[in-house]
Amino acid sequence: MPDVAELRRTPLHDRHVAAGARLVPFSGWEMPVQYEGIREEHAAVREGAGVFDVSHMGQVETRGPQAEAFLQRALSNDVSAIAVGGAQYAVLCREDGGIVDDLFTYRLAPDRYLTVTNAANHEKDLARLRGLAADFDVELRDAAGDWAMLAVQGPRSRDHVQAIADAPLPARMEIATRVLAGHTCLVAGTGYTGEDGVEILCSPDGAGAVWDAVVLRGATPAGLGARDTLRLEVCYPLYGNDLMESRGPIEAGLGWCCKEETGFVGAPAVRAVREAGPAERLVAFEMTGRGIARQGNPVIGGGEVTSGTMSPSLGIGIGMAYVPTERSKPGTEMAIDVRGTQRPAVVAAKPLYRGPDA
Amino acid sequence: MADASYPDNLKYHPEHDWALIDGDVATFGVTWYAQDALGEVVFFDPPEVGTTVTAGEPYTEVESVKAVSEVVAPLSGEIVEVNAALGDAPEAINDDPYGEGWMVKVRLSDSSEVGALIDAAAYEAMLA
Repeated sequence: MPDVAELRRTPLHDRHVAAGARLVPFSGWEMPVQYEGIREEHAAVREGAGVFDVSHMGQVETRGPQAEAFLQRALSNDVSAIAVGGAQYAVLCREDGGIVDDLFTYRLAPDRYLTVTNAANHEKDLARLRGLAADFDVELRDAAGDWAMLAVQGPRSRDHVQAIADAPLPARMEIATRVLAGHTCLVAGTGYTGEDGVEILCSPDGAGAVWDAVVLRGATPAGLGARDTLRLEVCYPLYGNDLMESRGPIEAGLGWCCKEETGFVGAPAVRAVREAGPAERLVAFEMTGRGIARQGNPVIGGGEVTSGTMSPSLGIGIGMAYVPTERSKPGTEMAIDVRGTQRPAVVAAKPLYRGPDA
Repeated sequence: MADASYPDNLKYHPEHDWALIDGDVATFGVTWYAQDALGEVVFFDPPEVGTTVTAGEPYTEVESVKAVSEVVAPLSGEIVEVNAALGDAPEAINDDPYGEGWMVKVRLSDSSEVGALIDAAAYEAMLA
């Protein structure tokens, strides 16, 4: 664990301390893992609204006449399908198809894009992108220092953000410039909790005012702990847990965001796995007895757990694991070695959480 | 969750465990500080009666939403009773760490080890 003194702090650090957050090292940043409690924050997002500081995430800005062609080469999805003001999810692959990162890309103007990276991968992504950019007429800029980032998520989240906005908020998977609490921001209809909501990119100087305004309207400050339980219930993969360079997007269930015909780096390898069928697949599971499987627990007969927690919404142990394809169908019984004890689980359909009425 | 407290009638181990000593049997649990650091406890699988525990060594685990933590035995001996109720209500470890949240009762094998434990004032001083 790095020395706390070396950890970076977001512009909202003072707010977190004042709110009694428990701060932990995360990808080189000192981040709030929880405020009042993970389950309470989780419920706030499922039932009302929560606000997360995700300023640790990085940004890369791409501009120039060949911005689209360059991103089409770098990213797995069909970048030409993103309209101005649109958003798209993709992975960045190695030549062998291994996943370098998963990222959202926003098209801000015809020749200007903003790509959001995972904090732990930002420098690695930037180096890879710079290497690829040499063949294109584009300008790449590390924009991580320009932006603080907030995610306001939950069924009431749009109401709270709309109340401080100068114009209607962008729809789901769209992005627009809006003035929030007096500060010009980029507002995107995206998030990673399985709930409706927005992500807000604002200047570091404006982050405190936006945070205060949405909290005042009723959004509950929520930490990375709740962010993890929320995303896992809806089976969104997390880089470093479920996604990694040693596995590709087909295995991870991300074939839907890979368009091999676009010729992205790694496309031939991804195509080969898609055509032959992957040897293993990332499945969701539910514990059928007592106990909670955790990242790194072996699955008996092959495979490993990559994420595991107690689901606050479902009240049972849940997780995701890579298992051999022949044992990846929902309903297949599993046994997981949880620190020496074999615990039963069953492969379940994704997402595990389907809303309050399911 | 109740406010921080460290009852005077307990002995403490620096790994954030308490022992209530009654003759040659002691009740073990984790301190208020430990449960607060863990966050909401969501799973506790009680160890088995008859298991030998060693002072300073882990004898069971407690799980919060985020993580698994080992629980260290403050004293050595053999488990003679476990708090099976924690299997269904592990949140008692948060709500009442010195009462309903007790974990095991142990028949002590070496009562001289008690002298190595610290009292409430010393434990609180250590946390400060």
